[in-house]
Amino acid sequence: MKLVYFASVREAIGLSSEDRDVPHDTRTVGDVVVWLRGQSAEHGHALNDLSRLRFALDQNMVTADALLADGQELAIFPPVTGG
Amino acid sequence: MTEAELSALAGIGGGALSSFTGIVRDDGGVTAIELEHYPGMTEACLSRLIEAATARWSLLGAVVTHRVGIVPVGDPVVVIGVASLHRAEALEATAFLIDRLKTEAPFWKREHYVDGTVKWVEAKSTDDTRSERWA
Repeated sequence: MKLVYFASVREAIGLSSEDRDVPHDTRTVGDVVVWLRGQSAEHGHALNDLSRLRFALDQNMVTADALLADGQELAIFPPVTGG
Repeated sequence: MTEAELSALAGIGGGALSSFTGIVRDDGGVTAIELEHYPGMTEACLSRLIEAATARWSLLGAVVTHRVGIVPVGDPVVVIGVASLHRAEALEATAFLIDRLKTEAPFWKREHYVDGTVKWVEAKSTDDTRSERWA
């Protein structure tokens, strides 16, 4: 699936997006985050604290327990700070 | 940047036009802020917020304009305008739109300081409290 990162998460990982084949037993958004932590030291650091992360699946805001279903694009970012 | 939109709202025939402008503040050596967004999702989110305001209050028109990229101190970051027949609807819908934009719209800002350093702005719990009062 396509992974998209923004703001401090993008900076800490060092990528704005990447394509990854997630394991077959990955069911939820939180499962992807846990798996991604093991992919590099940068991923582990950026995704360390689930409570400080927000998610969008195909551009809709979701929580970590959301099922991936047929989702194509998962975005991971810190709480928003616009306005 | 949105004077044209605001004057269009003023000419729509209502008795009330309310607006909010958010301006980059000189916070202890800040020279500019830099705004990042999620292309596609950000625009869709702003459209949904306007739809929600229009469903909740009797409005004649509403507009939300938000900058991205570098914005220097003193320049507007966000302008919201709402037109309605009477003032209560326009005033409440304007507050709703900025409160919800701050907690829901995918924008992230970082501050640029006079010494060249940059710092991501942290989300504030007071913004969550203000947004939740519209639930």
